[in-house]
Parts: sequence; structure tokens; C-alpha cells
Amino acid sequence: MATVTLIEAVTMALAHEMARDERVIVLGEDVGVNGGVFRATAGLQQRFGAERVQDTPLAEAMIAGVSVGMAAQGMRPVAEIQFEGFVFPAVDQIVNHAARLRTRTRGRLQCPMVLRVPYGGGIHAPEHHSDSPEAMFAHMPGIRVVIPSSPARAYGLLLAAIRDPDPVIFFEPKRIYRLQKQEVPDTGEALPLDVCYTLREGDDVTVVTWGAMTYETLKAADQLAGEGVSCEVIDVATLSPLDAETLIESVEKTGRLVIVHEAPQSFGGGAEIAAVVAEHALYSLRTPIRRVAGYDTIMPLFRLESEYMPGVARVIEGIRETLED
Amino acid sequence: METIADFEIQHSQFLDPQGEPQDTLPAFAEDADSLRAMYASMLLARIFDTKAVNLQRTGKLGTYASCLGHEASHVGIGAAMRPEDCLAPSYREYGAMLWRGVQMHEILLYWGGDERGSDFAGPRHDFPFCVPIATQCLHAAGAAMAYQLRGEPRCAVSINGDGGTSEGAFYEALNMAGAKKLPVVFMVINNKWAISVPLELQTASRTLAQKAVAAGIPGIQVDGNDVIAVRHWVERALERARRGEGPTLIETLTYRLSDHTTADDASRYRPREEVETARKLEPLIRLRRYMETRGLWNDEREQACRAEAIEAVDRAVERYINTPRAPVTAMFDYLFANLPPGLVAQRERAVRRAGGGAH
Repeated sequence: MATVTLIEAVTMALAHEMARDERVIVLGEDVGVNGGVFRATAGLQQRFGAERVQDTPLAEAMIAGVSVGMAAQGMRPVAEIQFEGFVFPAVDQIVNHAARLRTRTRGRLQCPMVLRVPYGGGIHAPEHHSDSPEAMFAHMPGIRVVIPSSPARAYGLLLAAIRDPDPVIFFEPKRIYRLQKQEVPDTGEALPLDVCYTLREGDDVTVVTWGAMTYETLKAADQLAGEGVSCEVIDVATLSPLDAETLIESVEKTGRLVIVHEAPQSFGGGAEIAAVVAEHALYSLRTPIRRVAGYDTIMPLFRLESEYMPGVARVIEGIRETLED
Repeated sequence: METIADFEIQHSQFLDPQGEPQDTLPAFAEDADSLRAMYASMLLARIFDTKAVNLQRTGKLGTYASCLGHEASHVGIGAAMRPEDCLAPSYREYGAMLWRGVQMHEILLYWGGDERGSDFAGPRHDFPFCVPIATQCLHAAGAAMAYQLRGEPRCAVSINGDGGTSEGAFYEALNMAGAKKLPVVFMVINNKWAISVPLELQTASRTLAQKAVAAGIPGIQVDGNDVIAVRHWVERALERARRGEGPTLIETLTYRLSDHTTADDASRYRPREEVETARKLEPLIRLRRYMETRGLWNDEREQACRAEAIEAVDRAVERYINTPRAPVTAMFDYLFANLPPGLVAQRERAVRRAGGGAH
């Protein structure tokens, strides 16, 4: 059984699906000979050839638009956008086309494409390499926003994303690309999309998060366990469409909700989760809902990024305040 | 210093505005039926167009983009393509779409505010209308990439206007298709006006065909009011693409004789004289004259063809008008292959608000 990092799990899933389904095509900047700037596509071109692993010109709108065209004509493109800061030229194609091709043609044409986008801070990267824009995409109907938080979920969710008949933006938390190794058997078994994953069961407070912040959140839960606080930690995994049911059930049990994300607080994923829980489980809440999130500022360059991103201390603080309310 | 790159752009016209041949006509023009079919299609597009504008004026259609004056460019493209090729149009290329099998009532449904218009009978793999300017160039490139990967002898054709050549997506598509030698043809219908912006404010380029030069692909300018020229050069470009020799950019010179859409009033920004001058160059007259001079067409045929078109348009209008509105559930049922639970609840609420029955 393979013991792999999150990024190796991504590579493993891509290789598995390319071997299984010849419609699967990998494309993007530097994904071929170079194997991707993060090495997510390492070895794929050698194994599957330059036709199925294509280096493209440097143009993100093109990468997304060509993927829409290929997907509509029966292929399964998996495109890489090098960093989230460069996804914005592709938004036109994602929002105006990928998301609505099925709707616009009453299902005559479909758009089974995956756009892999490394995102988030914490790797001391240059400007425009550390943002968390997932909520922008989650607000757009017709696309799935999927975010893995472990090697096993990266493998299983990416397989599911590629097999899904609709477009998926697959945000990869680059900070945890190589943080942890996990045994991930290359079985080709996908994990379900559109559902939350409960990473740790607990009774006192529900802590909801996704992506890299699951690590800080689990650490915080560990520490608080030593003080007798029992946290239920839920990884949202598919931010949109949101699995509200799991979240509501958990809050009905614990009576408290803290949402942790790296992205700016206002109008972020946490706001939607708070609203959904307030709409459906207000009377189960024993204390106000709290968000632990990035500030509503421009992501700073890396000397200050650790101040921007919620670390374990801020997560613990948020949970404590909620318990003390 | 030495010149290390240079370019020239050819302009091609077979029939002048009076229908006089300026060059040896391509082989297909020797087939009278073929010429008559193209003429009939152009006439149908024009009669359909006139009717659609009237429907909008009388409150029976939403905002509509007229194709008046573009008939030769559109029909020429349609006639050059094979059914298995893929068209990625913008939003007024009815002549091309009708030739390929899209139905008139479907076009009316689209402009009448109903997505079912894009679930058309025409080639099921063709892309629907595309409103975000020039974004469809990338879809054509992507389709071409799919055919290239599968080794299928198929090509894709995108159509945008002169304004679209200012868009990044246009350049990105040309550049990428050139680099990958994709089987795609990029059509630019240069009708001189992008709503109110004239070509000289759009670009300093002498031609739009020369936009191909930077992408390293061939570019040619043809008389867009000459259906024989359009069809011929699109056929040549498609043959080249099918042989694996890569993409071509074709600029067709024509004129938008109508307002941009029914929501526009072009008299606000362009002189009437310019339109009247352009009208004399319009595409139907020259092919008709050419055919009449050679005994391939006459008043009797014209009347019969016109009557047939009017009847077909009337049938389409009737079918459009009699198509009931889609159920409210249609908003939800094509969003994803499988509707997520959160949306199931919204769907149920929408059905309740709409007064019960889902279908």
C-alpha cells in the first residue's frame, strides 16, 4: 500500500483515471515535461504521452475555455491553473460557460471538466500566490467547489470530480501538499462529493472547516480535549453545493458552532454556513455562532502571512469564547 | 538591419456587386442546384429576420439581433461545413445555423426567452448561441483539440465579429490553435460596427485577417457579401485543417445593415448615407443577377422561393407562439446531472409558489 502526501495522492488519482479512461486529458502550464510547478503531474507525460498531458500556452482563460470545448465534445479535461491568483482570467469561461452549458442547452451539451487550483497561504510565496477565493466560486450556480484536506480525500475526491458529469473547481490546499503522509491504496475508489466528512466526533461544539485549516482545527481540538472540551470537527470538503444536513445535525447535538477558514471573513464560506444553521437549527444553539477567519484585508506578503492566517491559537480562542458565551 | 518577418494579406472576391465574375469561379459554382440552394437559404434567412424583427416590435419576441446584410457570410460558412464538423457561433448567424439544421422556431424560442431554443435539432454537438464576445473561439479550439486527440476527421468553426477581435479570448484561441495545429477555422464577420463603435476605433490594423500573422497561422480577407467567395475559402480552410495542417483565420467584409439589436438605434451614431451606400453591396442581389444572366433563375423561381420561405417562417412562428412556457422545474432540472439536496428543497418551494404541478 502506498504511503503518500496530498500532492502525491493527486498524482496517483490523475494516473489512475488516465489509465482507466482514455477521455481524461491533463492540460495546463508546465504540466508536461516539468510535471507541474508543484509536481502534481510528475511522470504523467512520460507515462501517457504528450497528447494526453499537454503543455499549453500561458493563458488561463484559454485553458478554461478549451477545456469547456473539449468537455462539450466528449472528453474529460483536467486542467491545472498554476496558482489561485491566476484563476481570475478564467472566471469568464467558468461562470459564463462551464457552469451553465448544461442549463443553457437543456442537457444537450455537458461540461465534465475539472479545474485544479492550488490555493491558500503559508508557503512563503510571492505576491498573488496565497489567496483563498473559494467562496467566489461557491456563489456561482452550476459548478462544484471541492477542497480536499488529506491525502486520502485528495485521491478519492479528485477521482469523483473527474468522473462527475458536471464541472468541478478542485481547490488544493498547497500549504498541506507535503505536510503529512497517509496510506492511500490505489484502488480507484472515489469518495462521495456533496457530503461533509466528520473528522472527529464530539459533544460540546461543532467546528466546521475545510482545506489546510483542518490541521489547525484538529490540533486545537486535541489541545482542548486535554481541558475536557469535546469538539466535533467537520471537513466540509464540497463547499458548494453544501451538505447542510450534516452540519445541522451536528449543531443540533452540540448546540454550538464555530466556523474556521483562511479566506477573508466577510461574505466567506462561513457566512453561508452560519446562515444555514441559523435558519434550520437556531433553537438548538446555546451560544452565538462564531467565525475564525482571515481578516478582511488583502492577503499580506509572507512576512505577515502567519498573522493573517488563523493559527491554532486563534482557533482555540474562538472555540473558548463560544463555550464561555 | 534586415527584415526577418514580413506579411501580406490577400483579398478575394468572385462576384462583384453587379454579379459579374471577377475571377474563375470555384467548381461548386458550376452546379446550378448548389447556387440555387445557397440563394434560397439567404432569402430564407432574410425573410425570417424581417419577421423576427416584426415579432419583437409587436411584443411577441424579446430583444433580437438581426442578421440583415450578413446572409452571404453566414450561408457560405454553413454550406462549406460538413454535418460532423462543429459550429461555435455568436448570436446572429442564422444563415449558418439554419443550413446546418437548426429550426427557425428554435431560434425564436431562444430570443423569446426559452432555453429550449438551444436544445436544437441541428447538429447536436454544435455549440449554442454565445453572447459573451469571442469566448466561443476557445470552445471551437477545444472541440478541435478533442477531434485531433481522437483522430477524427472533423473540424470546428467559430464565428465572431470585428469587435470580438479586440478580446483576449480571440487572441488566446488563435495563438493556442496555431501552436497545436488544431483543425479549426476562425471566422471574423467584419460588419464595420460593434454596436456604436466603428472599426477604426476598434483597431489600428489595416485588416482583421492580419491578426492571424502574430499567431503564425494563415489569414485571408474575403468579400463577405459574396457567398461564393465565403464558401470557397471556408472550404479551403476546412480541407487544410482536415489534412492536419492547422487553423486559418478568415475575415469576411460585410456591413450590418440593421441596428445592432432591436434594443439599439443605429441612427444615433452612424450616417444614413453610409448605410445606403452599403445597401447597394448587399449579398442577395449579386447572386440573383449572376444566376439570372445565365438562365438559372427568373421571376417565377423567385416568387416560388419567396412564397415557400414565407410559409416556412409562418409555420415556425406559429410553432413558437404555441409552445407553452417551460415548467418552473426547468430552472432546476438542468443545473446538474443530479440535483443536490439543498436544491431539491428550493425546487419544491418553486413548484409550490408556481401553483402546484411540476409538469
